[in-house]
Amino acid sequence: MSTIARLALDRGAPPWLFGSALLATAPHALHQPIWLSLFSGLLLAWAAWLWWRDGRLPGRWLLIALVVLACAGILLEFRTLFGRDAGVGLLVILASMKLLEMKSRRDAMVIVILDYFLLLTHYFFSQSIPTGLWLLLSIWLVTAALIRVSGGAVCRPLPTLRHAGTLLAQALPFMIVLYLLFPRISGPLWGLPQDAHSGKTGLSDTMSPGSISDLVQSGAIAFRVRFDGEPPPRQQLYWRGPVMELFDGRIWRLHPGPTAAERIEALRPPVSYETTLEAHSQRWLLALDAPVTLPADSALNGTLTALSRQSVDQRRRVALSSALSYRFNPDERPPVITRNLALPAGINPRSRALAESWRQRDASPQAIVDQALRLFAGNEFSYTLRPPLLGDNGLDQFLFETRRGFCEHYAAAFVFLMRAAGVPARVVGGYQGGEMNPLDGYLVVRQSDAHAWAEVWMAGRGWVRVDPTSVVAPARLEAGIADALPQGEPLPALIQIRADWLRTLRHRWEAVNNAWNQHILGYDPQRQRELLSRLGLPDADWRRLAFVLATLCALLLAVVTAWTLYHRPRRDPASQLWQRALRHLRRRQVDCAPWETPHALLTRVESTQPLLAPAFRRVVEAYLGARYGEQQHQLDALRQAVKQLP
Amino acid sequence: MLARLKQHLFRWRSDGTAPFRLGQRRIFILPTRAGVLFALALLVMLIGAINYNLALGHALVFLLAGLGLAGMVHTFRNIYGLQISPGRCEPVFAGEIARFPLQLTNDRTTPRVALTLAVEPALTVTAAVNAETSTKTAVLLTANQRGWLPLPRVRLATEFPLGLFNAWSYLQPEMRCLVYPKPAMTPLPLPVATDLTGQQHGEGGQEDFAGFRDRQPADSPRHVAWKASARNIADRPLLIKQFAGGASSELRLHWQDTDAHLDTEQRLSLLTGWVMAADAAGSAYGLSLPGLEVAVASGPAHRLHCLEALALATP
Repeated sequence: MSTIARLALDRGAPPWLFGSALLATAPHALHQPIWLSLFSGLLLAWAAWLWWRDGRLPGRWLLIALVVLACAGILLEFRTLFGRDAGVGLLVILASMKLLEMKSRRDAMVIVILDYFLLLTHYFFSQSIPTGLWLLLSIWLVTAALIRVSGGAVCRPLPTLRHAGTLLAQALPFMIVLYLLFPRISGPLWGLPQDAHSGKTGLSDTMSPGSISDLVQSGAIAFRVRFDGEPPPRQQLYWRGPVMELFDGRIWRLHPGPTAAERIEALRPPVSYETTLEAHSQRWLLALDAPVTLPADSALNGTLTALSRQSVDQRRRVALSSALSYRFNPDERPPVITRNLALPAGINPRSRALAESWRQRDASPQAIVDQALRLFAGNEFSYTLRPPLLGDNGLDQFLFETRRGFCEHYAAAFVFLMRAAGVPARVVGGYQGGEMNPLDGYLVVRQSDAHAWAEVWMAGRGWVRVDPTSVVAPARLEAGIADALPQGEPLPALIQIRADWLRTLRHRWEAVNNAWNQHILGYDPQRQRELLSRLGLPDADWRRLAFVLATLCALLLAVVTAWTLYHRPRRDPASQLWQRALRHLRRRQVDCAPWETPHALLTRVESTQPLLAPAFRRVVEAYLGARYGEQQHQLDALRQAVKQLP
Repeated sequence: MLARLKQHLFRWRSDGTAPFRLGQRRIFILPTRAGVLFALALLVMLIGAINYNLALGHALVFLLAGLGLAGMVHTFRNIYGLQISPGRCEPVFAGEIARFPLQLTNDRTTPRVALTLAVEPALTVTAAVNAETSTKTAVLLTANQRGWLPLPRVRLATEFPLGLFNAWSYLQPEMRCLVYPKPAMTPLPLPVATDLTGQQHGEGGQEDFAGFRDRQPADSPRHVAWKASARNIADRPLLIKQFAGGASSELRLHWQDTDAHLDTEQRLSLLTGWVMAADAAGSAYGLSLPGLEVAVASGPAHRLHCLEALALATP
């Protein structure tokens, strides 16, 4: 068949493009403003309706008006047109809008390329396995749409999908080679927009009543740890975050001053481990107390918090080692001591009086600490995520009236009492514990493991960790938050699972996710160097790498080309059947000479083997019919005839 | 040298009747504009993936790059190994579109889709060949000049499957199409007396005797000139008496009857128009051109004979 070529799009093509545009834009509905999703959805529906009714596409002025409207909406919503979210919103609108001016094949190609581009933008928000699978499906369908557009109306849906699948399968080896060997550059090439890493959860740099108990209600993973040896016992797993020294009566804050030198003395050999941090947009690395060795671009600040030079905006792997038993700054500088004794004047008089009474009984810091812990252990204090609201003298109210609180209440009250009694003390935020995944040996620490504890300074011993929660709810340290809290607390369902099979399932899923994060998403310049040295290319520079890459790609291309172009001539099925019939004859001592035509052979058979002749005649007729007759592909008759040979 | 190279690259090695199979040396491939756009988009995406450190972004870009490469191979495959055999061209009039039929044979087990054949971009033809079949298509070409129109270099191209690459090959089968002069529609000249009688024409219809001609099977026996026929009965068929002015009148279409001020092509056009008009009227007619005479006759074969004579005339 042949027709005059037209560059216009045939009628069957637009549904493919609507489908691929839908696939490429739909996942953005999860995080973009609703009006934007509605707007692009309406545009898509309008385009589909016009196609259905064979209506005329809208004029240029209407489209320009719509673009201006959409830009204005985005400007109002995001206050910019160039940020990450605003850019993605604009792309979504453009891709939907282009469907309304889809006339020629060229427009369709532009739409497909826009769709491919849109697929990339999903990775700003998630790079999880489901996203990866969804996008693989989308790539497949968008590619099928591309094939449908350039192939025209002769392409039926199923072969088109199959063809797209073949192409993607052939593209896969290229992807693997490029992924492994393409020279990786770490870090941004230039400044990222303000909103590049928004929407990350984690500890904040202040602590007020309720700040940690809010965080605990998220089951999201904060970081994963793999210990080089046996993991330490759970009670010792204090992951140190921000240390808060300033108190204004309600909120605890970091001391903003310059960092000071610190002296750590490891009392036992340190344990080394590798932490994979999820992005949390802060600088702390959440090392185990107390960090001894740190990666190159990070350092300890004066309060023993390991800080990275840049904030952790993406999942990041760091190798660390920590001494679980240590002595830290036994001779602390006086300004720090003063700072950690300061209290705002005039608040919580009952607490001050209590602390004063302790000091008069026994002024040694250890005795005061013990007094406070006895207070929490004995006096019907309870551990809850839903404490009552507290007023101005919050700590007095908490210590003498409500007596219900979460770890930040206990840590804050404890530090207040210590300072009031003349013992330097401060609040430490971080995580405590974690859950070992038996399948891959990674310790998983979630936001629900967020914790706050206290640190007091004693002359000669330095800073000593005291965790008041450990006496209020000992289960918190031994078994984790889910066991420490009474039933009915608003914990995420994920960590409350008690059925074994569900827990195993969750472990399995998280192990798969972790493997994905570690090996696929976590493939960075460092890993690439390791791989290259294992391949016998140690410290290859980019030129060498490019050469290797080009060679490998050329080889792959040659293989794909050979595979694609190889054409095995198929034997004609009719002559195959004929050969089978001849083999039949040979068994009856009738040999067909190479020059003998079927008819000549038949004549000979009729004279020598009259019994065989009628059956053979049918074979000859069917064979000639199949090979030279009007209706080709009439093989069934021949097959039947051959089968009926006696 | 250049001519030999051209011959090597584009000409059919055979006499133009055998099928021809497209080999890899004759196929060229380059990215299309969409392909360049795609590559640019990939570059921007790669920069984005590096800047935001998106591992899956890298993977997506590399997968799409691989897709482009695989698509290139498939585009090449879409015409590689295609067999082309030329067909027979039907003559056309100048100004019409000549069709050069080609048969495309696909002996592979996958179809070949969206092939385009063109000499002039405006007359591009698309074709598709299913698996293990052949299909007939035709290259279209505007016939501007009477005479033999040889098929120039044909561009057989495809952008299937992704539209990112354009693979093409030049074919030049030995094919030619006969182009008749463009017929100029003017009234027929008055039937002139044939040279058999030398008399002037008359308008008396069947009454005025105008001459003799050979008898056709459809002629009535009443018109047979028995006396005249008897003179040479041995080697001639029966003769028919001809009368001027009637439906079956005899025409002689003379080169000299056309306006001498016109140029050759216009005069041939006039003659062609006359041939067509006379044929449509069912008249018998003859044609005389400088150096060429076509005897009086009628019927489709005669018309084609006259038209061919006009197409190839060299007055």
